[in-house]
Amino acid sequence: MTAASTVITSTTPLWYATRATGVVTLVLLTMSVVLGIMINVRFATERWPRFVTIGIHRNLSLLVVTFLGLHIVTALLDSYAPVGWLSVAIPFASSYRPLWLGLGTVASDILVALVITSLLRTRVGQRTWRAVHWTAYACWPLSVVHGLGTGTDPKAPAILGTTVVCVAAVVVAAAWRLASGWPEHRALRLTAGATSAAALVAATAWTTSGPLKADWAARSGTPSALLARAHGTASTGTGATAAALPALPLTTDVTGSLSSSTANSGQSSVTINGTGSSPVAFHVVITGPALQGGGVQMTSSQVTFGPTSQPTLYSGDVTSLQGTDIRAAVTDSGGGAVSLDLNLTINGQSVSGTLTASSGSGQ
Amino acid sequence: MTAGSSNSRLRVNPIACKAHGVCIELLPELIGSDPWGYPVVSGHLVPNRLMDHAKRAVEACPTIALLLEEVPQTPTSGRS
Amino acid sequence: MNQPEAAGREGDTARLYAAQSAGSGQTAESGRLFSGPADLAGHVGAHGPLPGHDGPAILDAVDRSGLTGRGGAAFPTGRKMRAVVDATARVRRSARQQGAVVVANGCEGEPASAKDRTLLTRAPHLVLDGIAAAARAIGANRAHLCLHEDEHALIQVVQLALKERRSAGIDAVDVQIAALPHRYVASEETSLIQFLDGGPAMPRFTPPRPFERGVAGRPTLVDNVETLAHVGLIARHGPAWFRASGMANAPGTALVTVGGAVTHPGVYEISLGITGAELLELAGGAAEPLQAVLTGGYFGAWLPESRFLATRIAPKDLAAAGAAMGAGIFVALPRTSCALAETARVARYMAEQSAGQCGPCINGLPALAGALEALARRGDTRAPDYINSLAPYVAGRGACHHPDGTTRLIASALSVFAADVRTHLGRGPCAGTRRPSILPLPALAAEAHR
Repeated sequence: MTAASTVITSTTPLWYATRATGVVTLVLLTMSVVLGIMINVRFATERWPRFVTIGIHRNLSLLVVTFLGLHIVTALLDSYAPVGWLSVAIPFASSYRPLWLGLGTVASDILVALVITSLLRTRVGQRTWRAVHWTAYACWPLSVVHGLGTGTDPKAPAILGTTVVCVAAVVVAAAWRLASGWPEHRALRLTAGATSAAALVAATAWTTSGPLKADWAARSGTPSALLARAHGTASTGTGATAAALPALPLTTDVTGSLSSSTANSGQSSVTINGTGSSPVAFHVVITGPALQGGGVQMTSSQVTFGPTSQPTLYSGDVTSLQGTDIRAAVTDSGGGAVSLDLNLTINGQSVSGTLTASSGSGQ
Repeated sequence: MTAGSSNSRLRVNPIACKAHGVCIELLPELIGSDPWGYPVVSGHLVPNRLMDHAKRAVEACPTIALLLEEVPQTPTSGRS
Repeated sequence: MNQPEAAGREGDTARLYAAQSAGSGQTAESGRLFSGPADLAGHVGAHGPLPGHDGPAILDAVDRSGLTGRGGAAFPTGRKMRAVVDATARVRRSARQQGAVVVANGCEGEPASAKDRTLLTRAPHLVLDGIAAAARAIGANRAHLCLHEDEHALIQVVQLALKERRSAGIDAVDVQIAALPHRYVASEETSLIQFLDGGPAMPRFTPPRPFERGVAGRPTLVDNVETLAHVGLIARHGPAWFRASGMANAPGTALVTVGGAVTHPGVYEISLGITGAELLELAGGAAEPLQAVLTGGYFGAWLPESRFLATRIAPKDLAAAGAAMGAGIFVALPRTSCALAETARVARYMAEQSAGQCGPCINGLPALAGALEALARRGDTRAPDYINSLAPYVAGRGACHHPDGTTRLIASALSVFAADVRTHLGRGPCAGTRRPSILPLPALAAEAHR
């Protein structure tokens, strides 16, 4: 299990509004897709005639537009994440998780086309309307993936649960759509069914290895400034807040200080403290008999390491010492292991150099 | 034109019609169903009191198969 | 005698009709359409060249001649041409869309008809003259002649004739041959338009009708090839000459196909208004005692023999008798045949020939055919009531008139042969059901038409 997990949060109301309206949009869109399928398979009972399905489908779709509009506007107004105005219509143009946000842009572009052609159906003609309406089958999965990819709390039970229910609803409806009217267009139905099943499997695999993993924020393209800010604030806001390390592997310049002392017993200890240009701090104590000409022959050591907000998150000891090249292995309370490689230049009482931290228990 | 009737009549485009049956649900006064679920319209003028329902039925058709068309009025001699 | 035997469909079980040469079996004043050779020089020698009258003069001549369509609808040709001219004037179009279109319908969809292919084989230049005259009359700059794609011999004849005309440079508008799939509904006028526009040869929803918006959205004149042949003659000889034949309310001559139990089945040119008896005489008389005549082809109706003999062969008279002129198809049914079985076969064929676009036709025609088959083969007692209750839901509810024709034919069979119906219901199928069929049909097959 890799070490770091980052959750980007902000306590601004706009940020919460974006997430909330996003979820609602997805739920409404899911309902609209299911109702659209119900129209196609001519679902009707005595108490639920067809015109009810059609009426609700159309009204719901307009509601989707409303909530999508709010979702987009709140995202733009919120200064926390850099979603530019351009990315409302142009996919992959934002600086914030460009790929995953961009999928949302594609989905909303499709939705706009769907709604406009539907409102102007008589002008546009049945053939064109139908062709555009088929893209609804692309709009919905893009929205789901967008939500999982850009969402900051995909592991939260409410969010994950909602997503799973939405997917289940569409899977059932799609299966009904494929089965209804069998065996007409047999080859087409089998191909569509196989493709959808494969897509579902792929999406599930992606979800478990991507958004549900701890380091998704960094991997998905969150700007590093945001990542850093998240550690700096270490806020006590509601919800999951944990000061954490930047993503590993990490290499950073470090500066610090060195001091040494000798005890009456003849044991010397050298203490090095340092911080990196990435927000990390380390503390190394090497103890042992003093060596002629300075230095220490290490018999014991102690190392701590962590983000500047929590410098003692990891602790461990030195695994190898070659002059000013220190290697250490540290772990946190959860057992997460990080290996450190310090290359230092000592200048009197100041040190400088580079620190490389990587996950795992070292080479 | 008798009092109370509009100058429009309903017509079905049989090629576009796929027997969704929504119009039959929405306007049972004027649209019946044949043995296979396709709409049967009489071709008579739509009464004014049902015009809103007729427009709604036209709007609701998923395949734009129901049409409301104006019938050119032939002039009649004397009082209409 | 010129035998266009090769001008038939491959694998066709229909009986092929031989054209009668001019002079035999025709009255002296008729015999206009086949009076010349088929090649251009001979044609011009026999009929004279096509005069250079301008459009309005030709239009006026056709109008005053009283010529009506010979493809089945019997609509006044002059009035149709005027409608196209009016539509052209009414709507301002881009320069690219200027000009009307002439479409000559040579797609003889009725299996029992042979007149169009006989005419095209024997007198292609008369048809092409008609197209040229019609093009002038309506200001057309585009012309098509539609034929079935499997009529190879016919296509060759027309191509040869066109080649002769192109070399001689006599046509202002070049005629393009269009080869359509051989389906019954392909010959419907909106099917031709849709095919020429690059779509399938299937009927379109109307309005707009072709005279307003046809090929490429332009006003289009769609006429049967025989109608256009008459136009070619009227342009030469004038309306008075045309009216010298026929009746006042049905002037001119017409081509008819006479088949079934007659001595000399074939294509004949008749003066409109001769009696059914005279028509049968032309064809050599009945080959055996008759019970009825199918009048107007599969779009028409049955007439009992006595009624047929007395009725005049002209659109209005036949309509008044409960039948139709149609495309001039008459099939004589002998007493030894079973009319119900014959009609059931036709109904099944028409059901299979549905374009498959409209629910009432897709569902209704097979249901009607099945019921009629049950009546003919098994004397099913539910069949007559079922047919009568279903028919109103089938006729008039398609985009074209395909279901209407079949429904009318079935209704006329049940009424004209009511006695047979009672026999079948009471005692089961009659001996006539075992007789080989008289009405020509291509082999029935479940052909996919999508």
